[in-house]
Amino acid sequence: MTAVAAESGEAAAARPVPVLHGYRFELTKLLAQWRVRLVLLACWLAPGLFVAVVSQQSSLPTDTVFGRWMLATGWAGSLVVLGFCCSWALPLLVSLVAGDVFAVEDRLGTWRHLLIAVRSPQRIFLAKALASCTVILVMLVGLAVSGIVGGLTAVGNHQLAGLDGHLLTPGDTARAVLLAWLCVLAPTFAFAAVGLLGSVVLGRSPMGLLVPAVLALTLDLAAMLPLPAVVRFALPTNAFLAWRGLFTDPAQRGPILIGIVVSLVWAAVATTLAYVLFLKRDFTDLANDGAGRRGLLGAVVPLIAVLGVGVLIVSVATPASGTGVERAKLERSLATSYAHLYRLQATELNRPDVTEKQLRTSAACDKGGSLVEDRGPGNDWRCVVSWHIPGSAVTGQASYQLDVTADGRYVADGDGPKEVNGYFQVHTPQGDAPNPLWQFDGNVDLLADTSKG
Amino acid sequence: MATTPAVRARGITKNFGDVIALDGVELDVDAGQVHGVVGPNGAGKTTLLGLLLGLAVPDEGTLEILGTSMRGALAVPDGVAGFLDGPGLYPSLSGRQNLRALAALRGHGQGRDQEVDGVLAEVGLTDVADGRLRGFSLGMRQRLGLAAALLTRPRLLVLDEPSNGLDPAGKRHVHRVLGRLATEGTAVVMSSHRMDDLAALCTEVTILAVGQVVFSGPVGKLAAESGELDYRIQCSDQVRASAVASATPGVRVVPPDSGSLRPPGDAVVVRGPVPALDELIARLVGAGIAVRELAPVVSPLEAAFLTLTGLADQSECGDLEEDRR
Repeated sequence: MTAVAAESGEAAAARPVPVLHGYRFELTKLLAQWRVRLVLLACWLAPGLFVAVVSQQSSLPTDTVFGRWMLATGWAGSLVVLGFCCSWALPLLVSLVAGDVFAVEDRLGTWRHLLIAVRSPQRIFLAKALASCTVILVMLVGLAVSGIVGGLTAVGNHQLAGLDGHLLTPGDTARAVLLAWLCVLAPTFAFAAVGLLGSVVLGRSPMGLLVPAVLALTLDLAAMLPLPAVVRFALPTNAFLAWRGLFTDPAQRGPILIGIVVSLVWAAVATTLAYVLFLKRDFTDLANDGAGRRGLLGAVVPLIAVLGVGVLIVSVATPASGTGVERAKLERSLATSYAHLYRLQATELNRPDVTEKQLRTSAACDKGGSLVEDRGPGNDWRCVVSWHIPGSAVTGQASYQLDVTADGRYVADGDGPKEVNGYFQVHTPQGDAPNPLWQFDGNVDLLADTSKG
Repeated sequence: MATTPAVRARGITKNFGDVIALDGVELDVDAGQVHGVVGPNGAGKTTLLGLLLGLAVPDEGTLEILGTSMRGALAVPDGVAGFLDGPGLYPSLSGRQNLRALAALRGHGQGRDQEVDGVLAEVGLTDVADGRLRGFSLGMRQRLGLAAALLTRPRLLVLDEPSNGLDPAGKRHVHRVLGRLATEGTAVVMSSHRMDDLAALCTEVTILAVGQVVFSGPVGKLAAESGELDYRIQCSDQVRASAVASATPGVRVVPPDSGSLRPPGDAVVVRGPVPALDELIARLVGAGIAVRELAPVVSPLEAAFLTLTGLADQSECGDLEEDRR
């Protein structure tokens, strides 16, 4: 009998491919896809172009947080891009990468070859997850850098008014903008993990590609409802909004921390589920692409459980109650913003500087008249701000109509007197400038304890 | 010098739920041997090749690959390569990029490009290697898949239908490569539906039917299993030839509606031992009938395959009939 000459007894034991090699292999495959290349290019170019173009126009995207400041500082453009990305763009971008990374092998029929080459489903999973995260990270960095460069180039490095009206120096603004982009890493990876899970569970079906986007859309729709704050904080989309708290003084750290922790928990649970379901799959059966009702249930039920446990923990561990939008918080927030912005207006008009303490600003708000309870989101909030001018016995008053959304953001629209907030521009010695008191954005801390003030 | 067979399977059984894919299969493949695995659809060929590649482990029995006993999935030793269900390459990469990525995955460092160039030349794809895989024909993909397997310098090469979609030139390339590998001591296990491929390449053949081995041994011995063959006779007068054949002792005319494989056209098909056929030819010539062709309806290997797998009497011999045409 002819036989193989064994040089040293048995052949070398099976050696799985190192994770680093698998990671490079997966990265090569991902970056070879025209779809991924196109998205990467768009992430690195489109925000900069958008910010540069919009910053040259008089019409600004005021419906987006910081949109009204795009002519004042280059940093605002990047925050507009961030706000836009957080609504649906990031989950969609994540879908295109993580939502297809496993399914593509099913469509191409390459699982067996990959297994033979790598010899470890665990390492295949790890390599795919890491490669997806890398591409997503490069996209996110592109979005941030492009928006910042576009804004700074077109408008310049100037100070920014925060969501409580206080002025951030360019240095503080840069730090806060970078931190804001860092904050959304956690929810982005949570959606990436959901994408991996969808890709594993739904096999070759293109539905897997849509899972993060559909989830984000569903949660966005839910977030538009006056949900209890504890539910809102247990959603992975919360951190997509919580970064706004970085632009108040003091920063609203509670929602940010909760948002990041919740997102990381979702990322960990979804990744673990994807891993377990992936390892359970029988790759010897060609007809089986891992999709099935059991797998679907195995993926959905634990995530619903995570949401339930999250709600429970947030309700026990935080003072959040109701929708979190309450009269006292709104009054406090509005008065603070007004005081800061009054100072800004005074500076623009070359008036003597005053301090917030001297102004002793207060606000009185009412929602929808006497028949409606003064709590919850809505566009029927009316507030009167009062302040004291130093050296004068007169108390100034200004009216505002507030549109408060369920996530705590509000737009205060000046309702007179016209000398204070009636015109969108003010005449300054240097020419006309935007009137900071005419319309401004604010952010209510949904987590804050009302009893504090 | 210590010796180790490339494959040694003893009584391996593999079930998928209630379906018995392999039932007590025995297989020996030595170094330098090109071993064909054939069988009708559903016979268990792919399952067997999957076991050799380590994609699964047998439920029962023992399997040794290159001297290593298989105790877990994906535990095949280094030196085993091949493909199952097509070459499994990525259409968004070019042919060369596919090979480079695979070489990098397997940790081939310096000299990777030279290795890739070498295997591309070996399978005759150098000129088209920089084109996107989307533009490759099935045959070109098969050859690229073979090139990918060659990158690992295999000692056991397992190929599922490597001749699928190959044109004559491509087939020549593949045959040459496999022949060269066998000469250098690599064991090749390949499945194929094409008996001509097996006859041209294989030293030994294993025939599977419903998960069981119905024949395993040298190709020459398989031909002897074919029994009496059907022959087609093309001649100047089919009607008289049929009458002469009927009158020849030991020769039986196979009627057109017998269900057996018949050649296209209206040739006379007869069955009988070789001496009786000799007598028939002599009688035809004596009767003034010009004999233009006498050939087996199916090759001896194919006939043996059909006989052993129980397909000889079935009219639905889909793949084989199609392949032959």
